[in-house]
Amino acid sequence: MVKELVIASGKGGTGKTSIGAALTALAPAKILADCDVDAANLHLVVGSRLKEAHDFFAGFAPVVDEEACLHCGRCTNLCRFDAIEDGVISRPLACEGCGVCAFNCPAHAISMVDKKAGQWLVSETRHGLLVHAELGLAVDNSGKLVSEVRRQAKSRAEKRRLPLIITDGPPGVGCPAIAALTGASLVLAVTEPSLSGIHDLERLFFLCHHFGVPVAVCINKADISEENTRAIVALSRRERAPVVGEIPYDDVFREAALTGCTVMETGSAALTGEIRRLWLAVAGLLGVEPGKAAAWGLERLIDRLGGRRGMP
Amino acid sequence: MILSIASGKGGTGKTTVALLLAASREGTIIADCDVEAPNCHLFLRPKWETETRAGVMVPRFDMDKCDGCGRCVQYCLFNALAVAGGTPLLFPELCHGCGGCLLACPREAVSEERREIGVFRTGVATMNIPGQRLISGLLDVGTPAAAPLIKTMKKQLPHDADIILDCPPGASCSMVAAVAGSDYCLLVTEPTPFGLHDLELAAGVSGMLAIPHGVVINKSDGGRGDEAVEGWCAAHGVEVLARLPNSREFAAKYAAGMIDGEYREAADTLWRRLDREYRRRSDG
Ligand code: SF4
Ligand code: SF4
Ligand code: SF4
Ligand code: SF4
Repeated sequence: MVKELVIASGKGGTGKTSIGAALTALAPAKILADCDVDAANLHLVVGSRLKEAHDFFAGFAPVVDEEACLHCGRCTNLCRFDAIEDGVISRPLACEGCGVCAFNCPAHAISMVDKKAGQWLVSETRHGLLVHAELGLAVDNSGKLVSEVRRQAKSRAEKRRLPLIITDGPPGVGCPAIAALTGASLVLAVTEPSLSGIHDLERLFFLCHHFGVPVAVCINKADISEENTRAIVALSRRERAPVVGEIPYDDVFREAALTGCTVMETGSAALTGEIRRLWLAVAGLLGVEPGKAAAWGLERLIDRLGGRRGMP
Repeated sequence: MILSIASGKGGTGKTTVALLLAASREGTIIADCDVEAPNCHLFLRPKWETETRAGVMVPRFDMDKCDGCGRCVQYCLFNALAVAGGTPLLFPELCHGCGGCLLACPREAVSEERREIGVFRTGVATMNIPGQRLISGLLDVGTPAAAPLIKTMKKQLPHDADIILDCPPGASCSMVAAVAGSDYCLLVTEPTPFGLHDLELAAGVSGMLAIPHGVVINKSDGGRGDEAVEGWCAAHGVEVLARLPNSREFAAKYAAGMIDGEYREAADTLWRRLDREYRRRSDG
């Protein structure tokens, strides 16, 4: 059975993508999935090369036959979202695609057509195959696109007989987050020791418990506030979620992002050591082979010495 | 003026900017529209004064009249209805409240009832900016649709004050619901490739909604990341209105729930520029 690790955070900006990317550099055999379809970022640090792009359709949009329209105003009156005026889609962004206008137009002047809501993509990266997506601007339905990305990642993992999918989840606790974590093997909650971080983590715990998904916690920037870090540790204990990592504040996360690398490729020994321990703990909870994570320091040295070119 | 504060992604400092702006001008109202994870109240510790449950209308079926013909089910484009054992069954989390099934039923068996999706509260701050008025929404956990709550909340806002909307991150439905109708949109970004990528998306939505927008670079360090953001802004005719420095000290203060006085000067300058932009646009 393919295991699915979802990296989540009650909200954005906690370092979820950076830490997730670092784990992808350590895990030996996996597929990557970026379910933050609103603002997919993982591809920016794993060096992606696009291989496939598929249109994603979801929902419907009304199209009006101007010649047939009688300008009777019925659609205007019935539309609850103020999106149409006498046969003119005046506020397309407000349209929910419900079809009330089309079904009730006396002249049958409106038809509902499939709406292109974005694309899902497959890319080759330094750390394995990545399934990601781009949701169209201002489009709803991100939950469905998240499910599509997960489905594609899963079928590819099965086809290649890979034991693990590492998913960068969407922030928040709304529909995309729900779509990303239901049925996952483990959620790794990346949080930071701020008041808002604690608050968001509580909501994430609630969501994970609600859907019966096991959750572990990684505290990023743990040294910024000792007091809040202790509060997170206590909260996690109450919620029976093991704290598997405490990552110190480090500007190298920014540096890594700027150079398009994961921190495993640029970070200090102290930081990469901490993340390596994090991965070993996560792999243990998942019951997957941690791979050469322990030997990563050596591998990195070989990389530095120019060994990368010689490796398959 | 209704000023919305948005960013493609979370954690860029939207809430910080909203609080800084509110602190430097009296009489503003902060509306925390990030209803999935509202944060402003954590910094303001408001004394809550009113609480309103928000709801959406969902269909209700009168089984004495319904004969299970299934027309309502065929009608619903959101798959929120199914027929089970000859009676219609609603999946409320999928319902958009369009009223279509009501219109479709030949036997007048459908009426509507309210389903609660969250709450919004108004209050007055006791911490950091004492007296600051705040309205803050909170979506019930497990409820997927944030947009209706945001819309209901925005309808309650007074017309005669400067309103600062702390918007949800992203560039999809809930962000659109929050930003729509504002006079100016301030896009807060970080000088990293992540920040720039998400800024492009958020700017795209402001553009589609025809809302004038400008950029605040938070955690600016004058380095390569700043150059990339500034280059993008220059190429797309978007003005960089302010830069807030990257500082570990500030991050620590933020973590403890404090806003720092030294940033007020930056906020004053930002207001002056926003006022000028706003006047220029409403005159022209
Ligand atoms: S209901 Fe049909 S005919 Fe009437 S205004 Fe709308 S589109 Fe035109
Ligand atoms: S599809 Fe629905 S929301 Fe869109 S214009 Fe027609 S009635 Fe309005
Ligand atoms: S109100 Fe609209 S969305 Fe809700 S069940 Fe009826 S047809 Fe479907
Ligand atoms: S359309 Fe009316 S009568 Fe037919 S199944 Fe639906 S509610 Fe019942």
